[in-house]
Order: sequence, then structure tokens, then C-alpha cells
Amino acid sequence: MNLHEYQARDILRRYGIPVPPGEVATTPADARALAEKFGGKVVVKAQVHAGGRGKAGGVKLAKSAGEAEAAAKAILGMTIKGLTVHKVLVAPAAEIASESYVGIIVDRATQRPVLIVSAAGGIDIEEVAAKTPEKIHRQPIDPRYGLLAHQALALGFALYKDVKQARAAADIMQKLYTAVYAVGASLAEINPLVTTADGSVQALDAKISVDDNELERRPDIAALRDVSSEAPEEVGAREAGLTFIKLDGFVGCCVNGAGLAMATMDLVKYYGGEPANFLDIGGSSNPQKVVAALRIITGDPNVKAILFNIFGGITRGDDVANGIVQATREFPLKVPMVIRLTGTNEREGIEILKRAGFSALSDMDEAVKQAVAAAKGKAA
Amino acid sequence: MSTFIDKATRLVVQGITGRDGSFHSKQMMEYGTQVVAGVTPGKGGQKFENTVPVFNTVAEAVSATRANTSVIYVPAAVASSAIFEAADAGVKLIVCITEGIPVLDMTRVLPFVHERGVRLVGPNCPGLISPGKSKVGIIPGNICKPGPIGVVSRSGTLTYEIVHQLSTHGLGQSTCVGIGGDPLIGTNFIDCLAAFQADAETEAIVMIGEIGGTDEQQAAEFAKREVKKPIVGFIAGQTAPPGRRMGHAGAIISGSSGTAAEKMAAFEKAGIAVMKRPADVVPLLKERM
Repeated sequence: MNLHEYQARDILRRYGIPVPPGEVATTPADARALAEKFGGKVVVKAQVHAGGRGKAGGVKLAKSAGEAEAAAKAILGMTIKGLTVHKVLVAPAAEIASESYVGIIVDRATQRPVLIVSAAGGIDIEEVAAKTPEKIHRQPIDPRYGLLAHQALALGFALYKDVKQARAAADIMQKLYTAVYAVGASLAEINPLVTTADGSVQALDAKISVDDNELERRPDIAALRDVSSEAPEEVGAREAGLTFIKLDGFVGCCVNGAGLAMATMDLVKYYGGEPANFLDIGGSSNPQKVVAALRIITGDPNVKAILFNIFGGITRGDDVANGIVQATREFPLKVPMVIRLTGTNEREGIEILKRAGFSALSDMDEAVKQAVAAAKGKAA
Repeated sequence: MSTFIDKATRLVVQGITGRDGSFHSKQMMEYGTQVVAGVTPGKGGQKFENTVPVFNTVAEAVSATRANTSVIYVPAAVASSAIFEAADAGVKLIVCITEGIPVLDMTRVLPFVHERGVRLVGPNCPGLISPGKSKVGIIPGNICKPGPIGVVSRSGTLTYEIVHQLSTHGLGQSTCVGIGGDPLIGTNFIDCLAAFQADAETEAIVMIGEIGGTDEQQAAEFAKREVKKPIVGFIAGQTAPPGRRMGHAGAIISGSSGTAAEKMAAFEKAGIAVMKRPADVVPLLKERM
């Protein structure tokens, strides 16, 4: 789960990291009031889970409260990468002397958290890593001891020559590490970490992604989820216990298991189609999940055919078949459906489908070919 | 010989009285796995299915039954504790089926198990099966056949699909290992390639990877140097968009790294035959064996 910039800034503040002032507005009038409070000259920033906000026009500098109101009016309601902006952050425009990058991720190769810093901040860190890898400094962290003072200070000096600033940066790095474990972050970035005209070191912008697996035991963090900032069908899928990701194609896919779901999408493409979605109904055997899955897939007007690919293990074929039958009774399908069903309780499942007038295939390739052909027939 | 598990595997099931644990314990017993103990705190002294003694702790189970392997079916909230407990109790192999363990928990679990010389398979995995000998986990026994192919995979049902293709075309398996779909896992592709290379029964290897991370790329380099047996590989997620978790916590393209194209190129460079679709597995293997 991604947090908004303003939420991430709040968390950093909570762990003692200096963050410049800034507050959230949901209306242009609120933005104006905040700008007045901050002395007029402010930055108005869209709060949306998408990179490239600046390029999309979601970040505007305002020289007066009136300009801030106009900026908020322009930004609120705009869409950035398909997501509507509902909130803006209003913050005093700061005099910035330098911009750096500080981030902590869990590194898969070393299986440890790694602190990454770079004096080249304010831009995409991946770009820095690709073009000028010598400007990136990395410190793997042993979670038994945490980020040690000398490790942090060494990286502080990688950013600043001034010892006061290096110490301030090191302190921020250690606090960021504490925050990572406290909120269950899989990524925490300060970008940029700035020095201001008076020489102080501050976290100007922050990004935190929380591991979804942490949310159950951290209700306070889970409560930060902003459902309005997510695609509605993905919210619906999550509430039904499904993993759903919308894509741009025309063959709706309903599969059990993430790996098989990806392989099914790939096979749709291999046979000349385009998958409309990733959908994993999971390992459990609940007909209701199948009903919810079909409801979501059929809600996409681009879907020209539906493909079920079920290899029963824990998932039972009869449960899936019952779900399909129940769903098609609740809402009749307007597009063709191809079902592949094999594995646990395959025979029972096929029998249930037959009685309801459906047929099922046992071969994955054959099913994908038929689904793509059906989708194209419908499209043409 | 087989890999990681065999007829000498003496299994303790953590969470044996739970919904998933009891169901799969029965399945493993029917398959012929020696399930020697179960653990559910508070149910010590009971018998599972009138035969398997249940203990309050893994340490008690190990000392009473000489269990050498543990399989974990407990809920995610307590699964990392269950791994710590099993490693502390002295089993040599821990198979964690549970999905949903926070990745930061795993940053603490992994050094703990590695320092004790314990092998962890998973978490978030279907476990292992050595057809005809032993099964630890949830891989359906009926789709597997004994034979010369070693299978290692980050996935569950995709593994079943490919194993099913193998079995129906007369290619049995020495061992199938599901290493799990999480970003931090105990046993990786390299560990399994090394084990299959050393296993006299394994003649060829099938590697099933997916988007996210660099485990497949590193395994490809290792295979080029160290593995003399033919390898056939598949990567799921060629059509996956960047920045989205495709069901598995570890299946995510970060920026431009971890793509299917990058992994398939690494395979080809290392001489691993790349399947374009799961059905290619049998012809590609037959060409090479």
C-alpha cells in the first residue's frame, strides 16, 4: 500500500525527522486559507499515487494566496495516470541550497534492508543509478543491530562536507530506519533531502510504501488507506479477497494462482490476443469468490470474451463450477466464455457445468486459443 | 537418492489441528510421508487421526519423535514465530507454506535459520514432493510420477500445470520444489540447481521463474558454470505491467528491473532452453535428454 506524500511526511515527523511545514487541502478555498497562513508564497502539490506529478501539471508554484487557490482549482479533480486528484498538499515555498536522496529498501539479493543515499537528489533515483552509479552509496543493514551510528555518519559525509550537516543527515537516516520497522515499510524515501539557506537539513518530500502483509497487525497504518485514490474495481476485488489488476486488453482472465494467472495472460498474448486483466481467485475454494470475480470482469466494457483457467489443487473444480453457474444466474453474460477446468474434483465440476449448459476443456492451450478467437469474432 | 526429502523424512506438522494443516496432514499421510508429530499449543497430549501425537511445542515433538523436518500451516501473524521455533528445536529442514508473512519479519528470520544450518523452503510456497517417496506441503500427489526430472518453481498452480504436462508425456520427476513467491525466501534457484546437479536420480531440470528480482539471472550464471545437466526454463509475467504486484508479493517489476525479457535473455545466454509457453516443456526436454 502506497502512502500519500502528506501521510509519509506525518510519519517522518512522528519519528523525529525535521520536515518543513505543509498541510492538506481538499478545496481551493482551503488551499487559499493555508497559503495565507504560510505567508502567500507556496507550492501546491497533487496527492496521488503516481510518479511524474510535476510533468503532468500536478505541482504548481504560487506567489500569492489567490494564485494558490487557482492552482488548487486546476489540480483538484485532474487525472494523473488514470487517478483523480482529491487532495493537494500546500507548503511554503522553501529556499533550497542542495538536494539529496535518502532511501531504505529491503534488498532481495542480500535479504537485508539497505540504506541508499546520493548527493544527486530531487530526481528519479533509478535514473541516477543507471547513468551515474558512482553517485550512489549503499549500506546493507544487519537487522539485529540496526543502522549503526558510524555507518550512518559515513553516508552523512557522502552527502555533506560540513560535519554538522553530516551529523544531521546521519540522525535522519537512523530515524528513517526506525520508522521503516515501526510502520512496516517495504520502501521509505526522502527525495529530496534538502539543505536550506540557513544550513539546516530537512526532509522536503517523502514516499513510503507499506508491505500489505503488515496491515493486519497495524490498524493505524491500514487506516491511512485512501480508497478514493485507487481504481474502484481493484478496491472491490480486494474486499472480495481477490487479486485483480486491470490491463488494456480484451480477453478477461480468471485463474487460480498467481503464476498460472501470469502464464495465462502471456499465453493469451502468444495466441494473438491481449489480456484485459490479471485475476487470481486464490487457493481457497469459495464459489462466492468466483461470483465476485465474474462480476468484476464483466464490468469492464473492453472484455470481449472470458477465459477461466483452473488447475485444481486446494481449489476444487466443483466449487469453481458452482460459482460460475451461480454468477451467470445472477447476471447473464453478454460475451462468450471459455472454461478450462482440470485437477481436484474435475469430473464433478464438469458435470455441474454441463447441467447448466456450459462445456469445459482440459487443455490450457486449446482454451486460450478458443477464447482469443471468440473475443476477436465478437470484436469484428 | 532424491533432493531435500526422502523416505527418511520424519515430519512434524506445525498447525496440525487447523483447517489447512489437518487437511494436508491427511493427504501427506495417505501419500506415504512419515508424519510423526503435530504441534498446536494447548492441544499437547491429543492424537491427530488417532495416530499422530500432538505436542505443545516443536522442541517436545522433536525430542519425543526424532522429527527432522517441519512443515508450517499456521496463520501469517504467527508464522515467523513458528519458523524461529522450528529452527531452535533442531529440525534440519523447515517448509513454510503460509502466505502473507511481512518481509521485514523475514529479514530477521533468515539470518537465524541460516546460522543454525537449517534449510528453509518458502515461505508462501507449495512445498516439495519426491514422487513415490515423500511429500511435504500441498502439491497434489496424483499429478506427479517418479522419474528423472528435477523441477524448481516460484509458483504453485503453474508448477502443477507443468508437472502435469511432464507426467502425461511419460516424464516423471525426481523432486519438485516450490521455493515460494515472496521477495525473501529461504531456498533459492541456485540452492536447488546445486542439489539437482548433485542428485544421481536427476537427469534434467525444469526451472519455472517469474518477474521480480534477480534470482533467475543469478541462477542462470550459476548454471552456466556449475550445472552439467540440461535445463529448460520458463518465466511467467511477460505481459505484466511494471510497478504492480502480480499476486505474489515478489512478482513485481521495479522500475526497469526484473522483467521477463531480462530473465529469458539471461537463460538463453547461459544455454538454458527457454519455453515460450508451458506446453513447450516436453519437446524441449526430449530434444536435450
